[in-house]
Amino acid sequence: MATTDTVMEHDVHNQQGDAWEGGKAPFKASYGKLMMWYFLLSDAFTFAGFLIAYGALRFSSPTWPVPDVVFSTAPFGIHNAPLIFVTIMSFLLIISSVTMVRAVQEGHRENKNGVVFWMLLTVLGGLGFLGCQAWEWTNLIKTEHMSVTLNPFGTHVESGVYLAEDGSETDEAFEAGETYLIHKAGAGHHGDDHGHDDGHGDDAHHHDSHDYTAGDHAGYTVDDKGFIHRKFKVTEGPDAGMIKQQEFGPKAFGALFFFITGFHGFHVFSGVVFLLIILINAASGLYMKRKNGHEMVEKIGLYWHFVDLVWVFVFLVFYLL
Amino acid sequence: MGHLSYEESKKAVFKGLILLGVVTLIEVFFSLLGKGYVIPGLEDYTWLAYVVGLILIALSLYKAYFIIYEFMHMRYEVKGLAMTVLLPTALLIWAVIAFFQEGNSWKERRDLIQDKDEESATEETKNTQEGYLLDETTYRLVM
Repeated sequence: MATTDTVMEHDVHNQQGDAWEGGKAPFKASYGKLMMWYFLLSDAFTFAGFLIAYGALRFSSPTWPVPDVVFSTAPFGIHNAPLIFVTIMSFLLIISSVTMVRAVQEGHRENKNGVVFWMLLTVLGGLGFLGCQAWEWTNLIKTEHMSVTLNPFGTHVESGVYLAEDGSETDEAFEAGETYLIHKAGAGHHGDDHGHDDGHGDDAHHHDSHDYTAGDHAGYTVDDKGFIHRKFKVTEGPDAGMIKQQEFGPKAFGALFFFITGFHGFHVFSGVVFLLIILINAASGLYMKRKNGHEMVEKIGLYWHFVDLVWVFVFLVFYLL
Repeated sequence: MGHLSYEESKKAVFKGLILLGVVTLIEVFFSLLGKGYVIPGLEDYTWLAYVVGLILIALSLYKAYFIIYEFMHMRYEVKGLAMTVLLPTALLIWAVIAFFQEGNSWKERRDLIQDKDEESATEETKNTQEGYLLDETTYRLVM
């Protein structure tokens, strides 16, 4: 495929269907590749719709959880490490995108073993990403008790100091804009897994010795779901001196997070399935016999790069901004 | 393909990997800088948040351009194909402006409703009658 002429001849010969038999392939592309581009365009609009909805709802909320606080945990007990885990996830997708490019290149050379080797690495990258996402979701749901309708990550709108167990003021101060996690009673390991409130002399984590029955307590309120809303005294602004309690963050956060990252994760998952199918076909030598060679590898490659492309924007809006 | 030799394109792929990796690391650095992790106290400057936001968006768009043009080989497709795929996405520019404006307006409404909820009736407003032209006592005298 060194010159344009051979590309043309190659493409014209392998078209199926009447529409492509005018002697000249539209846009000098094969039917399959062009339609993959248009599918990706429509998919881009779907994702754009979701991400713009996220933006509109985020703009409409008076507060929004700071991503560096929400996403600061990683496996093996690592916490207070903002964005580290999602950066690793991003790298997994970038690397698998690069191995995919290599697979397509080997496909152009009709090198069956090269295609199989690089596609296998791509599949591993995709599976690694899915594994990381599974851990991230499990951590958010099981450990931090976030759900589609409940967001325990709230944000302070005023500066203040927390109250101790007996209702007296502590020296644990916070500023407006700081994000906190509302812990749940009866699951004593929270504080260890998620280190926001740790190290501030916070005694709400030693659950055994405290009364966490639902209702109003001196230093906190326990709601009927068992969440401990700590009380604090406002130190600045028109409400200075008032005693308030931690409130849940904007509900939309959980729904948007699970829905959009879930939709992207589903794209990764279906990408892995298609990669595996095409990998097996390539290994069986099927594409060596086809007139259009390894074009299937090219088409799944386009899809796989698109998944990486969407992640660039999911990464931007959910984690970076 | 066909524009670079096999060895050249292998090298280009490696360069792409380094480029995307470095850009991603720069993004994470700027994001943490804007939130005050790198230099404490920086998160208090509102203008910095806007600058960091713009840098992050620009770098992400650059990554998107690189993935589409190099990895997806858009550079080697004919212009018509590239335009039919890329031009429709320009519609999103307006969608972003319109919906973010809308979101901001929802927030203002919420604030307004909250303010109204917290308002309490004063003596003056209590005595105003609606639907009567004259003072209440006047009607009492007539009846």
